Amino acid sequence: MSLTSADFAAIWLTLQLASLTTVLLLVIGTPIAWWLARTRSRLKGPVAAVVALPLVLPPTVIGFYLLITLGPHGFIGQLTQSLGLGILPFSFAGLVVGSVFYSMPFVVQPIQNAFEAIGERPLEVAATLRASPLDTFFSVALPMARPGFLTAAILGFAHTIGEFGVVLMIGGNIPDKTRVVSVQIFDHVEAMEYAQAHWLAGGMLVFSFVILLVLQAKGRTKAVVR
Amino acid sequence: MIHRMSRLVVALSATFALSGAFAGEVQVAVAANFTAPIQALAADFEKDTGHKLVASYGATGQFYAQIKNGAPFDVFLAADDTTPAKLESEGETVKGSRFTYAIGSLALWSAKEGYVDDKGDVLKKNAFQHLAIANPKAAPYGLAATQVLEKMGLTAAVQPKIVEGQNITQALQFISTGNAELGFVALSQVYKDGKITSGSAWLVPASLHEPINQDAVILNKGKDSAAAKALVEYLHGAKAAAVIKSYGYQL
Repeated sequence: MSLTSADFAAIWLTLQLASLTTVLLLVIGTPIAWWLARTRSRLKGPVAAVVALPLVLPPTVIGFYLLITLGPHGFIGQLTQSLGLGILPFSFAGLVVGSVFYSMPFVVQPIQNAFEAIGERPLEVAATLRASPLDTFFSVALPMARPGFLTAAILGFAHTIGEFGVVLMIGGNIPDKTRVVSVQIFDHVEAMEYAQAHWLAGGMLVFSFVILLVLQAKGRTKAVVR
Repeated sequence: MIHRMSRLVVALSATFALSGAFAGEVQVAVAANFTAPIQALAADFEKDTGHKLVASYGATGQFYAQIKNGAPFDVFLAADDTTPAKLESEGETVKGSRFTYAIGSLALWSAKEGYVDDKGDVLKKNAFQHLAIANPKAAPYGLAATQVLEKMGLTAAVQPKIVEGQNITQALQFISTGNAELGFVALSQVYKDGKITSGSAWLVPASLHEPINQDAVILNKGKDSAAAKALVEYLHGAKAAAVIKSYGYQL
């Protein structure tokens, strides 16, 4: 007994979802992390708390609210329908939206930590050398925070691979669209196909272990992995 | 320190043993489609017998895995007859305790009034985006739904529009939130005292799918439990049968 084509389809879909989510999160998460690292605004606390929410909330809560807000009666659902996109649940795009929210803290926090670790000095020096703020960001801050970005990308990717509850609640278990590996494993277990469940579950175990091992080897996990 | 810990453990286990002996509690694994009926039955059962009923809801396949791995259930109310039979052949149940407590009916349901007609023609028109069913690999009502589609010759036509809930409760959730316009659910979920509680539905004729015989068993954990025995007797009784039928089950 080994992996079926349905299993491979689930693996491929999961890799696509995790890659796209990671790229989107690096793009969206970087300005948020930069703002959180530099701001003295009173809004810093509330924004940081919102970003960290998925660390604490059960996926059922996130999935439930996504189902309501993305659905035909929710405000995002109304918006996507008026744009002619239909509704997001039961679609790959819907999973991407859910995953971006769900994996947000795993990407924002390492980048924010890296930005904070730079301190004021290098940025002030750049300013005295008449670098514009944008130039400072791209030529000084980004290169100095590179390890943080690597950690963020790895964690965001890995966490999306391991996502289950949110996908279960808004996915609808559609082959090639929303049936990711974690759901496929759940299916196998429910259908008592334990041999196939073992193949996939064992693969996940090895994958997750290797990811964490890589992070440990980098020696920069203290702030992130508790 | 170790001494104090062990005293605590002894005290705790004594408390649990006592509560088990006196309160007469029965832990029941209940197939999701039977959620509403068991809640109605539990109140009556507790009043009649003085035993307490603690129900867990889920998919039948999931319960199978949990029971095989030592889940603390005394009685199992499954959504099919094959899973209890399998548990019986594997020596996980009390011999001779298996019986059919309900025969399920399938409904095609929409949260919208007037959306589903009383012949199921809405399926043939195929003007919807999403049709929700329960996972046919794990949930008997999901399997029955696929048999209905097959019999109507609609499998290929609606296949791309099917969304699966992991159990019948999730299928209902997809429909009631409007994310799927319609779907196959257990009649018991949307039916009370002879009529549909909300939205619109087609009561699928039983001839379109294999019968959904829902069997119950006493599990090994409930072998010596008076409460488990009382529950099974109660389910056999006329009073329980009336309640079960009021949710649209056959008996």
